[in-house]
Amino acid sequence: MIELKHLGKTYRTADQEIVALDDINLTIRDGEIFGIIGLSGAGKSTLVRCINLLEVPTSGEVLVDGRSLTKLSRAELLKLRQSIGMIFQGFNLLEQRSVLRNVCFPLEIAGVNKQEAKKRARELLELVGLSDRETSYPSQLSGGQKQRVAIARALATNPRYILCDEATSALDPNTTRQILELLRQINKDLGVTIVVITHEMKVIDQICDRVAVIDHSHIAEEGRVSEVFTNPRSEIARNLIIPRERTVLETDGGKRLRLKFDGETTSGPHIAEMILACQAPVSILMANTKELDGVIYGYTIIELPTDSHQADKIILWLRNSGIAFEEVE
Amino acid sequence: MQFSDIFMKLWNNGLIQKGIWETVYMTGISTVISYILGLPLGVVLNVTDRGGLHPIPWLNKLLGLIVNFFRSIPFIVLMVSMLPVAKFIVGSSLGNGAMIVMLVIAATPYIARMVESSLQEIDAGVIEAAQAIGCSNLQIVTKVLIPEAKPSLITGGIISMVTILGYSAMAATIGGTGLGQIAIVYGHQRSKPDVTWVCVLLLVIIVQIIQAVGTAVVHRTDKRIRQ
Repeated sequence: MIELKHLGKTYRTADQEIVALDDINLTIRDGEIFGIIGLSGAGKSTLVRCINLLEVPTSGEVLVDGRSLTKLSRAELLKLRQSIGMIFQGFNLLEQRSVLRNVCFPLEIAGVNKQEAKKRARELLELVGLSDRETSYPSQLSGGQKQRVAIARALATNPRYILCDEATSALDPNTTRQILELLRQINKDLGVTIVVITHEMKVIDQICDRVAVIDHSHIAEEGRVSEVFTNPRSEIARNLIIPRERTVLETDGGKRLRLKFDGETTSGPHIAEMILACQAPVSILMANTKELDGVIYGYTIIELPTDSHQADKIILWLRNSGIAFEEVE
Repeated sequence: MQFSDIFMKLWNNGLIQKGIWETVYMTGISTVISYILGLPLGVVLNVTDRGGLHPIPWLNKLLGLIVNFFRSIPFIVLMVSMLPVAKFIVGSSLGNGAMIVMLVIAATPYIARMVESSLQEIDAGVIEAAQAIGCSNLQIVTKVLIPEAKPSLITGGIISMVTILGYSAMAATIGGTGLGQIAIVYGHQRSKPDVTWVCVLLLVIIVQIIQAVGTAVVHRTDKRIRQ
């Protein structure tokens, strides 16, 4: 379990103080995939680096399996880092080492003998599907392959945790899906707890169990992905989930509603039924569905007619049919 | 007299062979010693820098100052002023031993700066990855910085060697040996420009060989170049 308690990080330069993190409280449970999403500059990269103390927090505590990292000696910290793997946006492989020797690197540092390290590295390359590339060098690999090597390297010392810092941001959508699938599989098969930092909602959708939304150095909200997705409470979460209004067409200026479907209400031609029942036209401005944990969630943004009588009729119909909705700007 | 006649004459009395050997020997030994001293100095300059692995501002400033001090003195002036130091170290201010001392004094700060800049080229992300793995700073230097910078370090070594070769020829003005001495003593002072030209040609050939071998070694070493 990773616990962040009242975590703060302030950078001090000669003439100003920059607050990167302020009073962050999070608990990441064993075995889950935890997402941290935010726009660039929100503090998410600093946050993930506090978990293995690559960044030293200026206040608060980081507890990994109950041990407070800031209280460890340097030697203890280096040892503990072997139980927390990390992968990066830029892969960060050693360019002058072959694929096999890159995966062996953490084992070399952990003091594992060469033969054993090679054996373990080969198993991991098999796991990430790169058995045939062990003698290649990073410059001969594609981005997706490099990230697979980085994942194998992160797994070498059998870590309990893996931190992913924008691990798929430099990859194309197809490769992103494959890498996320691999992480999901590692989480399931090896029981490794994974922390994912990203600015992309689709990454959270695809693999995370829970998510924290970070904005301006604070946690804006936190919860199960399905909850945050269907019912975002903070403005930043809404912005990340629902693309900006500029994608909405020019309209008549009627009331806009966001209808929320939570699995039980997802199936069925609700909009059509509503229009038939109320005998009133509506415009669909935007709609989306996502599958999370096998349940289909979705939302539809509709614009009601400007005629208030017709609009009231629709609102009444929605209330009676049990479809959750809220008015939006 | 033909150019080839001059060459044969110098060759037959053994002067040229001796000159080539002395030049190669002085350059080689000086480069090796300078690199042995310059590499750790360059590493310390890089590591103690503000954004380095282990910033120690005062040490970095002090070493930087010393390095800049020696680098700002023209070699010919440095040589003259370092004669007593050479005498102290090798017991004489003349001959190859003294010349090697002066070449090392001149080249070490130069190589230190080369090493420092080679190490700066290493991507900060790679260093961060090594830290995340649990590497100590010493392990980062020996297993990441130096191996990753190897092609660049070799390139720097070759450039330094060519510079030292040039210095070694200048050392002839105050009693150094080698091709520089032949050019100055036999060519210049006895007004035989043909002899000087022979030396120039030979120096050019030596530089070409150093560069060609160096480039080949870098190509073999650098794994970033796609095969």
